[in-house]
Amino acid sequence: MKTLTVSVVTPDGPVLEDDYEMVSCKAESGELGILPGHIPLVAPLSINVVRLKRENHVDKLAVNGGFMEVRPDKVTILAQSAEKPSEIDIDRAQRAKERAERRLQSKQDDIDTLRAELALRRAINRLSVGS
Amino acid sequence: MSLASLRDIKGRINSTKKTRKITSAMQMVSASKMAKAEQNTKAFEPYSKKIQEVMAHIANSATETSHPMLEKREVKKTGYMVITADKGLVGAYNSNVLKALYQKIQQRHQSKNEYTIITIGRMGYEFCKKMDLPIAQSIIGIGDQPDFADIKEIASETVQLYADEEIDELHIIYNHYVSAISQKVTTTQLLPITNLGEHTNTSSFHDEYEYEPNEELILGVLLPQYAESLIYGALLDGKASEHAASMTAMKSATDNAGELIDKLTLTYNRVRQAAITQEITEISGGVAALE
Repeated sequence: MKTLTVSVVTPDGPVLEDDYEMVSCKAESGELGILPGHIPLVAPLSINVVRLKRENHVDKLAVNGGFMEVRPDKVTILAQSAEKPSEIDIDRAQRAKERAERRLQSKQDDIDTLRAELALRRAINRLSVGS
Repeated sequence: MSLASLRDIKGRINSTKKTRKITSAMQMVSASKMAKAEQNTKAFEPYSKKIQEVMAHIANSATETSHPMLEKREVKKTGYMVITADKGLVGAYNSNVLKALYQKIQQRHQSKNEYTIITIGRMGYEFCKKMDLPIAQSIIGIGDQPDFADIKEIASETVQLYADEEIDELHIIYNHYVSAISQKVTTTQLLPITNLGEHTNTSSFHDEYEYEPNEELILGVLLPQYAESLIYGALLDGKASEHAASMTAMKSATDNAGELIDKLTLTYNRVRQAAITQEITEISGGVAALE
């Protein structure tokens, strides 16, 4: 099976660099599946899980605020944060989720709502990857 | 000379020795923090390089792309972001940055409506408060090894200020880390982004990209991210400088303490000798009187 090199980079340093058979992720415009030999592409990613598949094994990453650059043999994901399931603090994510939900219910001005929504999405994303 | 002053000198020697112990410990702590900060800067490099590459490529691609963050507009209000430390004991680190900020403001602005300041670090914040300069955003209490998450908020709010046309350009003033013994105050214009094409590494970019959904939207996502990453980069650079400056300051404090101890020891011995000589003179004087 052909593979492509995936590297995930954040401002705090590289998170992962390895060979995989398939990358599936959610771009702003919809679900994307990348196989080796894909045409060069640049797409922003939504706050969601990135699945990296190799043989029968799937690695998951919780990616927040990033974009991907695809070349035929290489995928680079640049994100503000990217966490492996083992790095996620479930309790903290749970607390962040509840906090964001409370904020959304109390409804203040627009910026706060937007920020709370993003925080909520990040927390839900972490929870779904972590558990 | 009396015995009391001998004891005084002894006391000063002891307390200076204790001070030297502390400053030399602080020097070593700063040295290790600096090494860590250098690592952080290195870890950040791949991210900033890559994002710059992609940005440059989009900016240089054939189709016309425009975005407010790339275009100069009439400057009604300027934003200055200053990166300082939270504490002193770092030599001229803080004062150099704040001096540069103050000079810049004096040169370029007549009234307080023309500029606003974003401070990172307590010293900058207190300086602006004291001088009564307008502060738009501030953050204090950033750790020695900041994460991107620590400053994400202030970075994105600052970029938002520009997007909302609250400010029309953004300058950042910080200490650039040249080496462990040299840090240089640097002022760069962050927004609007002007120097995108300069860093193009065309060799790795021979292939045309497909943009999903399109260039315009990607720029909209990328540019703020890029600007935020520049701010983070400056912060990492500033932190490395901070630790280096602190190390140098503590080293010279340690050296000075050493010098002082040498001098005091010399005086101590001299005073002691004088006391002994005097005593002998007195005794032999007494003996002579008895004969």
